[in-house]
Amino acid sequence: MAADMRLPIIRTPVSLLDSAFERKDLVVPGDVITSDTGFMRGHGTYVDEDKLTASVAGEVQRVDKLICVRPLKTRFNGEVGDVVVGRITEVQQKRWKVETNSRLDSVLLLSSVNLPGGELRRRSAEDELTMREYLQEGDLISAEVQSVYSDGALSLHTRSLKYGKLGQGVLLQLSPSLIKRQKTHFHNLPCGASIILGNNGFVWLYPTPEIQEEEAGGFYTSLEPVGLADREVISRLRNCLLALAAHKVLLFDTSVLYCYESSVQHQVKDILKPEVMEEIVMLTQQKLLEQEG
Amino acid sequence: MATVQVSEAEKVYILHGIRDDLRVDGRGCEDYRHMEIETDVVSNTDGSAKITLGHTAVLVGVKAEIGKPRPLVPNEGYLEFFVDCSANATPEFEGRGGEELGTELSNTLYKVFNNKHSVDLKSLSISAGEHCWVLYVDVLLLQCDGNLYDAISIAIKAALFNTKIPRVHISSDDEGGKEIELSDDPYDCMRLDVENVPCIVTLCKVGHRHVVDATLQEKACSVASLIISVTHKGTVTCTRKVGGGSLDPESIYEMTEAGKRVGKALHAPLMKLLQQEESLGTKRQKVGFLG
Repeated sequence: MAADMRLPIIRTPVSLLDSAFERKDLVVPGDVITSDTGFMRGHGTYVDEDKLTASVAGEVQRVDKLICVRPLKTRFNGEVGDVVVGRITEVQQKRWKVETNSRLDSVLLLSSVNLPGGELRRRSAEDELTMREYLQEGDLISAEVQSVYSDGALSLHTRSLKYGKLGQGVLLQLSPSLIKRQKTHFHNLPCGASIILGNNGFVWLYPTPEIQEEEAGGFYTSLEPVGLADREVISRLRNCLLALAAHKVLLFDTSVLYCYESSVQHQVKDILKPEVMEEIVMLTQQKLLEQEG
Repeated sequence: MATVQVSEAEKVYILHGIRDDLRVDGRGCEDYRHMEIETDVVSNTDGSAKITLGHTAVLVGVKAEIGKPRPLVPNEGYLEFFVDCSANATPEFEGRGGEELGTELSNTLYKVFNNKHSVDLKSLSISAGEHCWVLYVDVLLLQCDGNLYDAISIAIKAALFNTKIPRVHISSDDEGGKEIELSDDPYDCMRLDVENVPCIVTLCKVGHRHVVDATLQEKACSVASLIISVTHKGTVTCTRKVGGGSLDPESIYEMTEAGKRVGKALHAPLMKLLQQEESLGTKRQKVGFLG
């Protein structure tokens, strides 16, 4: 119960791989990438006295003659097919505005959602008036990016049974560059909880549903109390994810699982202490290296 | 206070968790988040402290100036509080957005310290009725992640502990008036006794239970909070209720008892940490704003 107070110490993120100084492809704003004028400049670069210079901090990517710099810390730039977790900010006529950590709010059209009951019918005026019954301001949804508008705003859809309104659980807001692109972003972890790793950096942790509902269409949320054991697993996963994010480790189902296993001997609330975070992340990185090699 | 939007289902999850004494980050209902405190971070103040409580960061600077004592209490000095909610913390505080919250926080601080035992104001007097030390306590909010009152009060206690007020000599000059001379030696200074400075504990009522050190999500689920300032002996110097919801008298009593218990337990580790930091002296590795 006693408050944990201590003096601050300068801490650096834990890394078992080469330190940032040795990598040649990391640049900071102002770094000259090349003096060769034969290259086309892409995003994140500009030409300064015939020299191609970086304007953002990130890694240099070269595709034939095109050079661009992909920033490490950025808003979410969605592409078609990305899975996102978002929060409804506005209910407008025939569409919802969703916050997805991008430069502009994403759009979820009424015609892009599955109506409860799974019926396939034309949206009527009545549907428009009862939009708020389906999704209100503040609700969380999981969706997929259908298309990208010319101004960069994303158009989402939930036209699959695995997408829809999210029920009870915990949301974490992390940086989009930490989420690894995989075949599937929905995982039922063996430790007893489920996770959705949204490409936009929003991670949703929730208790694994016992029966997979086929006909619900994703709008019914259960408000039954979640058991203590499940809660503990979810809290532990949450703290592990925060620890991994603080040390800039790529997040995917295996890394999250290894981190969970490494943290078992500590109490859930101790995981957020800096020295425990370092220890857990070190063990996770070791396990990941062993698995690769 | 900065607000976050929470969905109905998330609120239910948080509510049931608190009912079972297991919050979202694994803490119990009366546990604080990880705290880091450092003093003497701002060089041109007489005393300063920076505290990080979870993601909440508060910076306090204390400046001592010579001024005229208040007419009703001529042989005492006084403290002036000013809280600045900077736009650094959240975009809501941009421009004059943070003024309302800032005045609310300063007014509460005045109430908390409006007690003759908190700080020995007589030691701040130089010559009765004419000169006294006025301590300007400036609080700057750098990051806001819930629980501002607690962080501010702990930072103020640390900053007051760190405050070094120069010693003065009063001599009478040729025309019979008083002349004040500051001592030349920079180490010849007076320290304040902060034993009795109270710490504020905020208790948020969520469902049927109360939590200490609520995060922004937990705050969004609570309708009313109780702010209690407690000294190291367990004496309550000020109580305030904030929030639009109502509190049952029974729950107010329960929350006050819990607040006294938690508040009392804050002082001992804090004083120990401050004395440990002081004893390190010049060997201490200064982190400041880099860490």
